[in-house]
Amino acid sequence: MTTTVLSPLLRRVPRTWRRVIRLGALGAVGQVFISLSGMPVRLDVREIIVPILSLGYLAVLAVPVVLGVLLGRRPQHEEFLERPPGSRDLVLGATLGGLMGGGGLSVLALLLANFDLRDPLINWSPQLSEFLSFGRGTAFGFVIWLVIGGGLGLLGGSLRLASSRTQRVIMTMALTVVSAAILESLVVDLVEGVSLEALVEWMYAPRGGLTLVGAAVLAVVSGLLSLVGQGRIKAVQGRIQAMEGPRQTRVNLMLIAAVGVVLVILPLLVGKLTNELLANIGLFVLLALGLNIVVGLAGILDLGYVAFFAVGSYSTAVLTAATSPRIAPEFPWFVALIIVIVIAILVGLFIGAPVIRMRGDYLAIVTLGFGEIIRLLFLSDWLSGWFGGSQGITAIDGVDVFGLLTVDGTNPRRVFYLVLFFCAIAIYISWRLERSRLGRAWMAVREDEPVAEAMGINTVNVKLMAFVVGAVLGSFGGAIFVAKVGSVFPSSFLILVSIIILVVVIFGGMGNIFGVIAGAVVLIGVLGGPKQPGLLVEFSEFKLLIYGALLVWMMLARPEGLIPSARRSRELHQEEFLQDAWLRGQIDTDDANDLHGGSDTPAAES
Amino acid sequence: MNGTPLLDIRNLIVEFGGLRALDGVDIQVNEGEIVSVIGPNGAGKTTLFNAITASVEADGEILFEGDTLLGLDPNQVTSRGVARTFQNVRLFANMTVLENVMVSQHCRTKQGTFGALFYTKAFRQEEAEIRARAEEILGFFGTRLVGFRLDQPAAVLSYANRRRLEIARAMATQPKLLLLDEPVAGMNPVESAELTGLIGRLRDEWGFTIVVIEHDMEVVREVSDRVIVLDHGVMIADGDYEEVSSDPRVIEAYLGHGATTK
Repeated sequence: MTTTVLSPLLRRVPRTWRRVIRLGALGAVGQVFISLSGMPVRLDVREIIVPILSLGYLAVLAVPVVLGVLLGRRPQHEEFLERPPGSRDLVLGATLGGLMGGGGLSVLALLLANFDLRDPLINWSPQLSEFLSFGRGTAFGFVIWLVIGGGLGLLGGSLRLASSRTQRVIMTMALTVVSAAILESLVVDLVEGVSLEALVEWMYAPRGGLTLVGAAVLAVVSGLLSLVGQGRIKAVQGRIQAMEGPRQTRVNLMLIAAVGVVLVILPLLVGKLTNELLANIGLFVLLALGLNIVVGLAGILDLGYVAFFAVGSYSTAVLTAATSPRIAPEFPWFVALIIVIVIAILVGLFIGAPVIRMRGDYLAIVTLGFGEIIRLLFLSDWLSGWFGGSQGITAIDGVDVFGLLTVDGTNPRRVFYLVLFFCAIAIYISWRLERSRLGRAWMAVREDEPVAEAMGINTVNVKLMAFVVGAVLGSFGGAIFVAKVGSVFPSSFLILVSIIILVVVIFGGMGNIFGVIAGAVVLIGVLGGPKQPGLLVEFSEFKLLIYGALLVWMMLARPEGLIPSARRSRELHQEEFLQDAWLRGQIDTDDANDLHGGSDTPAAES
Repeated sequence: MNGTPLLDIRNLIVEFGGLRALDGVDIQVNEGEIVSVIGPNGAGKTTLFNAITASVEADGEILFEGDTLLGLDPNQVTSRGVARTFQNVRLFANMTVLENVMVSQHCRTKQGTFGALFYTKAFRQEEAEIRARAEEILGFFGTRLVGFRLDQPAAVLSYANRRRLEIARAMATQPKLLLLDEPVAGMNPVESAELTGLIGRLRDEWGFTIVVIEHDMEVVREVSDRVIVLDHGVMIADGDYEEVSSDPRVIEAYLGHGATTK
């Protein structure tokens, strides 16, 4: 309705201004949505910079800035525009866009004061009204958001006019301050580990959040660093890439060794909570690496990966726990692990065999079903004699390492080392298999299954193999999970777990080991896993909303993931890739072919 | 020539719904022969290849070295020693040139997970062999698929090179019988003449028996020991190029009814 009324009006507006109006309106709606989701109010308790900025306000203030930055960009192909916008037009547009974005909140403040829609919208609350008006009445709230929106739009727009160098410095400063605030507990923990409490006391306020001085100093230091460091990192990267094979390998090995050393030392410096977080991240790295073999390497979209995690958990529980209902052999964890691997292989074959004969969407749906079937089996009355039904199995002992020490949930540092060990194994397995006959066959199957089969690859076996390797890595995750938590319940193995592992893989970069690790660190570390809290504990309620938004944004902006595998990004950007190759003169045209192929053409004499 | 033919097709029938794409075809191919299959569009040439490589269901009998190929999976047919190329080039576009040729040695190699994980001597040896064989095969096509091209994705290759890589990939499965589906389609005359020469060398130097589907009669005349003509799923002629090209039924199939009497 509105569009039919508005569109003739809109059509009279010049094209460049139409964009301003469209984005501004979108921003306004976005603002209202974010506010009514309850996020700002709930996140208001988390401080970023103590007296002036909380995470809640950051969530709504970011919108006009982003609008300003987007609208301040020069239009593409502006030489084809009749009247390209000048700098002043752009800044004006950015301001207007920001104003509209802020206006959304102004209108919301007015509505909140005059109507009560609490019934359908549970966050239509006095607290929100308070939040939006800064506790100074509706009129103030109405005006202030217009001012703030316009101001931030102007800021974002003018940022675009600055040189790219300045832009980068400012971006670095903002990012540093925000991440320093987000990573507060980690930083505090780490700094206390090396006993520099004074630094922490001065940087962070007692109730959390950066102090003004701390934020200012951080901003200046990071700004200076980025000013000095610009281009240096690129240069070093370039130098490493220019090295010949063996030397480059050595540099890479040294880097990996350095990271390894850091990972071994880090847990010693930080406290229990951080170690718990690290252990959770590690667990998801392990699971994501397993799923990466199935989805990333073999190209089988498995939406029921949690099944293997569940099987690993339950079989470990049954084999090690004294409280296991039916049989309780009470094996030591490492002995049980060997049996768990065998069970995982069998389950991988059992689930894989019917599933892999299907293709594409059908396969995904069936795996989704199997994931649920496994959980429901553990929940069922039929098997409750074995697995305890909804009561699960509790009081499971931790891992006993040669009688020297026990790894269980009470000591997250040890759990982290255990996870680290298995992650290293998983990385090694992924890395070796990718560069083997089997890895090549997976690639071929992913690219074109019928042709792979015509080239002599037994696609059924090869895909089953991917399932089995994925199942084994998933069961490692399960075995560690049981030792860490000390209990298993069917409710730990919801579909959500599969989805989150898949999001980690997609977000990080399918098919790339480093990408998958990065995905787990960012998503699980910051937002948290299905039940595990991340650094932003306050987000836990909105975790899925943010996961969803991130996934949508990622699919639009960077479908190949954070750290893509070269091959995947080629698949997704084939056209652009070919164009680039052509521009760089790498593409092989038939003419060029005749030029250098001509001389050695084996003549048609035979 | 010598007793049993390498490929012996008897009364081959392929049906799609009610349509008989192949209707009782009998073809014998002896070891060391180069046989061309020609015929108008829709005659069933590619269907013949699909039937041999088990990509479509077929009735009748296909004997390869005396054993039946019917009922096998495509990958089993390949490991028996039949390899093919595709009319519409179907490379693994995002794998490198080298990987394309390495991966198709799958059925001739056997190292599995264990060897890969423990990086055994046998594994390393086999990897080196696979790589060496791939480079040897690619070297057959002159300099254009080796050197820096080895590590380029197949997608950036020129059309002609993609066709060459398809042949290389088929060669890497170490077949006895090589089925080439329009190998020179879309090539310019220079390239097509060169490839014609290569087909002869594939038999003489590599010992492949070759069946080739081709529309370019120049190429057919050049390479074939024998020409088989299909029309509407039926074999209408079988003989050397001269015989076949003067056969009235063939001319009729290509030019239409009444062409011979003109």
